[in-house]
Amino acid sequence: MEKILKMLKLIGKKLLYIFVATLVVIVLPLVFLIRVIESLIKKDIMKFDKKKERGELGTYIMNHWLGETYKAQNNRVFVYFLFPSLFCFTLFVGIPFLQGMYFSLTDWSGLNDPSYIGFVNYSTILKDYAFGYSFFRTAIYSVLNIIFINVVAFSLALLVTTKLKLKNVYRAGFFMPNLIGGLVLGYIWQFIFNRALIQFGGVFDPSILINGNSALAGLIIVVTWQYAGYIMMIYVAAINNIPQDLVEASKIDGANAFQRLKTVTLPLVAQAFTVAMFLTLVTSFKQFDTVVSLTQGGPAMKLPVWIGSIYSKTLLPVVQSTDLVAINIYDEAFVNRNMGVGQAKAILFFIILLSIALIQVYYNKRKEVEL
Amino acid sequence: MTKSKLKKILLEIFAFGLLIFFFLPFIIVIINSSKTSAEIIRNPLALPGNFFQVFNNVVEIMGRDQINYFGAFFSSVVITSISLLAIGIFSAMAAWVLVRTKTKYSFIIFMIFLSGMVIPFQVVMLPLVRLLQTLKDITGIQFKSTYHGIILAYIGFGAPLSIFLFHGFIKSIPMDIEEAAIIDGCNKPQVFFKVILPILKPIFVTLLVLNGMWIWNDYLLPLLILGMGADIQTLPLSVASLAGFYDKEWSLILTSVLMAALPVVILFLFAQKHIIQGMTSGAIK
Repeated sequence: MEKILKMLKLIGKKLLYIFVATLVVIVLPLVFLIRVIESLIKKDIMKFDKKKERGELGTYIMNHWLGETYKAQNNRVFVYFLFPSLFCFTLFVGIPFLQGMYFSLTDWSGLNDPSYIGFVNYSTILKDYAFGYSFFRTAIYSVLNIIFINVVAFSLALLVTTKLKLKNVYRAGFFMPNLIGGLVLGYIWQFIFNRALIQFGGVFDPSILINGNSALAGLIIVVTWQYAGYIMMIYVAAINNIPQDLVEASKIDGANAFQRLKTVTLPLVAQAFTVAMFLTLVTSFKQFDTVVSLTQGGPAMKLPVWIGSIYSKTLLPVVQSTDLVAINIYDEAFVNRNMGVGQAKAILFFIILLSIALIQVYYNKRKEVEL
Repeated sequence: MTKSKLKKILLEIFAFGLLIFFFLPFIIVIINSSKTSAEIIRNPLALPGNFFQVFNNVVEIMGRDQINYFGAFFSSVVITSISLLAIGIFSAMAAWVLVRTKTKYSFIIFMIFLSGMVIPFQVVMLPLVRLLQTLKDITGIQFKSTYHGIILAYIGFGAPLSIFLFHGFIKSIPMDIEEAAIIDGCNKPQVFFKVILPILKPIFVTLLVLNGMWIWNDYLLPLLILGMGADIQTLPLSVASLAGFYDKEWSLILTSVLMAALPVVILFLFAQKHIIQGMTSGAIK
């Protein structure tokens, strides 16, 4: 009984909070907005008669901002409508981004006041074999991931666009894993790899998460399983957009299913390929929460000889095998408390990701067909 | 039976088999969340002796402070729903004035928003944590571990994609409609809320789905802004803290996973048609 009362109290508190939060975030700004507009309009009407007393600047302000002219109305609405999004965007993305550029050039540890030290952090990164290795692993992981997800997703899309009885059920079903967050999925698959699959023996015993390379393969399986349904939806939309007369024309010309796929379907869904590859590329590079819950970055592995030779290491140090770049940045900043170095890594990561994405979109765009 | 009919049936069977294969992980979770820890250790693949054990596990999880299931569920609902509504309305407002005002300022602002789409969260997360602290020192408003903090953050991070999609959609709405409304006596805000907003419904649904899946399942942003084990917890955070605390107690972890996933799955099953439509119509633009 007491427990229920406690719970009710909690819920009541939450509901109050919902109310207050809605008020603060949505209702109050809106009311404020309307009030301000109204008061401005009233002021204008009152001032309208004293037109002669206004100087040049006053007339300008009246005409462009405060008055009843079309231009002034437009300008006011422009500012008020833009304000909420632009404010939040500047506060949470814009300012931190600009600050981050500067912090990457400082000795910031999270506790001290950052002071400028030039490009020292970047040269630290270049000497950091763990980051080099992490980047190499991320690259391999991303390439394999992009291939697997797109192949699986496209095959699924072809399957569910044929004349199946339950095709809507299949679409919804394949999409389902995507509803559940990466973190939760990681726990599910950790159980599957570590407990369930072991029972079958063979390659699954010992668990594939024990070994560095197979752990990466395991990660790819999980992410493909999660993400293929989402990408499938993009392909389904694209395949449904193919004009039926083109398909029929190719049938009349005697093309078999494979030829039809090669000459009609693939060129016409090229636009979807651009989008899908971009999305898979970005998500693979930014992979964080699935790794956190599936492998925690481990298991440990010896640095490969060829990477060791780049950093001129004769004794090969131990590195984490699924330590993808996003994890590496997080650990550098919050575990090792090297915020400056972490930030420099993040900036480097951003530049590389941006250039790869731009190149990918540029090359894919050239293959697209305009109808 | 003709050959093509046989082929069709085989394809159907194949697709169904594939679906079952896709669902195996879910099935394993359901089976194992209705077992005791000892049963799981004995054989994780066997059917549970007593399916009602799942209720015992649920009750046990409710009692654990690490997860505080109802609290986390409510926080997740509050954060997701308010953020979704706010992102939708504010982004639509911004996109509308950006489309309809053809000055260089509006072009520059639109480009700034677009560039926000390619900035990964990792680049802004470290300065953001510091900035929130600084803001608290200057203004006295606490953004960390509060609802308004994380909701405003989601508005900021959600704005670029939403404004981009709204922008593309609004461009295709003819000006005539707005002019007609103005002649009928609407002022500008009225034109937006009474005329444009209803037209935006399809893309609004798309964005609800896209942003909803992202915000509900997000882990890193709540981890940084709310913090693990603080008063306000989202579901992913509380599952992570439970799993971290009861390492390898799989009956608890899997039941909590089931409880975290179930609300979304149920919502999906009810609104499936709209969600899939929203996904496919918005994804390609």
